[in-house]
Amino acid sequence: MFNRLLLATYCLYLILPLYWLLTMAFKTNRDIVAKLEWIPDSPTLANFAEIFSNPVWLDGFTNSLTYVALNTVLSISVALPAAYAFSRYRFLGDKHLFFWLLTNRMSPPAVFLLPFFQLYSALELFDTPLAVALAHCLFTVPLAVWILEGFMSGIARDIDDMAKVDGHSTLSFFFRIFLPALRGGLGVTVFFCFMFSWVELLLARTLTGSETKPIVVVMTRTVSASGLDWGVLAAAGIMTVLPGLIVVWFIRKHLARGFALGRV
Amino acid sequence: MLIKPVNQRAWFAVLPVVLVVAFSGVIPLMTVVNYSVQDILDVQTRFFVGFDWYRDALRDERLHAAFGRQLLFSLSVLLIEIPLGIMLARAVPRDSRWSSLMLVLLAIPLLVPLNVVGTIWQIFARGDIGPLGAALTALGIDFNYTQVPLHAWLTLLAMDVWHWTSLVILLAYAGLSSIPPAYYQAAALDGASRWQVFRHVELPHLRSVLMIAVLLRLMDSLMIYTEPLVLTGGGPGNTTTFLSQYLATIAVGQFDLGPAAAFSILYFLLILLLCWLFYTAVTAGDGGDRS
Repeated sequence: MFNRLLLATYCLYLILPLYWLLTMAFKTNRDIVAKLEWIPDSPTLANFAEIFSNPVWLDGFTNSLTYVALNTVLSISVALPAAYAFSRYRFLGDKHLFFWLLTNRMSPPAVFLLPFFQLYSALELFDTPLAVALAHCLFTVPLAVWILEGFMSGIARDIDDMAKVDGHSTLSFFFRIFLPALRGGLGVTVFFCFMFSWVELLLARTLTGSETKPIVVVMTRTVSASGLDWGVLAAAGIMTVLPGLIVVWFIRKHLARGFALGRV
Repeated sequence: MLIKPVNQRAWFAVLPVVLVVAFSGVIPLMTVVNYSVQDILDVQTRFFVGFDWYRDALRDERLHAAFGRQLLFSLSVLLIEIPLGIMLARAVPRDSRWSSLMLVLLAIPLLVPLNVVGTIWQIFARGDIGPLGAALTALGIDFNYTQVPLHAWLTLLAMDVWHWTSLVILLAYAGLSSIPPAYYQAAALDGASRWQVFRHVELPHLRSVLMIAVLLRLMDSLMIYTEPLVLTGGGPGNTTTFLSQYLATIAVGQFDLGPAAAFSILYFLLILLLCWLFYTAVTAGDGGDRS
């Protein structure tokens, strides 16, 4: 009983700041400063109209989603074979390699700002979605390998052998039998790759110029340019949370199954 | 548990990952190492200075202060979020239609971009336009996180708990779901108390997921940058300036590449050391439990 009460309180604590942001997005600046009201007296769509009428915002969205999607696809496609190797075989230096991968998850992005900038400028990748996607691989790939390896170890090795007896080739086994069995794990991995790439600001800001400005950068710049426009800031904040919510909503079944498998 | 067969060809499957991570991890790291032993005046003029920058960094008193604050912050975050996360995970319903809804709700704070997290709390805790600040003021507390260091710290901690406890809950929930019901039935037959069930049934099953949770929280809290920058800007004074932010002032603000690079290497080694200590401490205990 005590635990349920704690959970209810915690959910309230989760929702309140977000709810406040949501109400602010529907208020005029005058109302925001003048009074604290939980339900806007005279709700307005002006803040959202401002965002949707300005192409910079929409471009920002497209740019962010492009590199996040690119990063997720890239991370998962390189992590799948590696995780399979780690979960099924022993090989020279496997444990060291695994820990080395994890160490990359530990390097602070602030450390890599300048080298990344120089590296991607030299390769003429600066200001492309690919630059950000590759840079984010620094932390999404090790995590993807880590999570997938856990899930794959949870799948009995018998199905590998049985597929071979049934005459499946390696590729056919992997795509027709193994991946479907891994659905939950894939859901969890997509969630974590998407999440860490979507919320990151520092690298995304450093590696993009005027062409591919991500939404979070558009947000900070626009807001500082026009003074403190609380309403638009709140509306923009709400807009940045939506894509994540949509993704989670669509993979919620897989996510729930993945987390329920317990081998994260 | 069967023993995994040895297969050296597995290296081919690992190769793509090694290449990608080498590209985005090793090359930049080597560049930083290269900077850290040179005095760079401009692109043409640079001198080899050996370990001078490292020596300077280790003697930098402002760095020591930032380091102390960093440890205090990371430790507080772990001490609050891990136990809280476990307690909450035990309350999340399993195998009901509420579970997936609950998971979606819990996942929301994790999906908010880092600077937006800062913005949300910046607004929420303000005395004039935020309900939290207004409520505290109404209670007679002169709450102002931009002026009072203690208030700034508490707001930061509240923000981090809001932002990241969900991660611990989700992972702990995954661990708890993997426990077969038979274990609980056996414990009930033995007349085990709730604490005993937790200590002897649940905690052992949570071991591996908790290691992931603690490691992720440890790494990420040590690297925290954007959220405090937006919320407090490192202030009042320097009271909430952590390592990443101090590094950014040297590297980007003053453009001192050599010292910043040496600091970066030390910073990376520190995170590596702490994670390694924790990792080995946990896995060292593994042998005893299995037998």
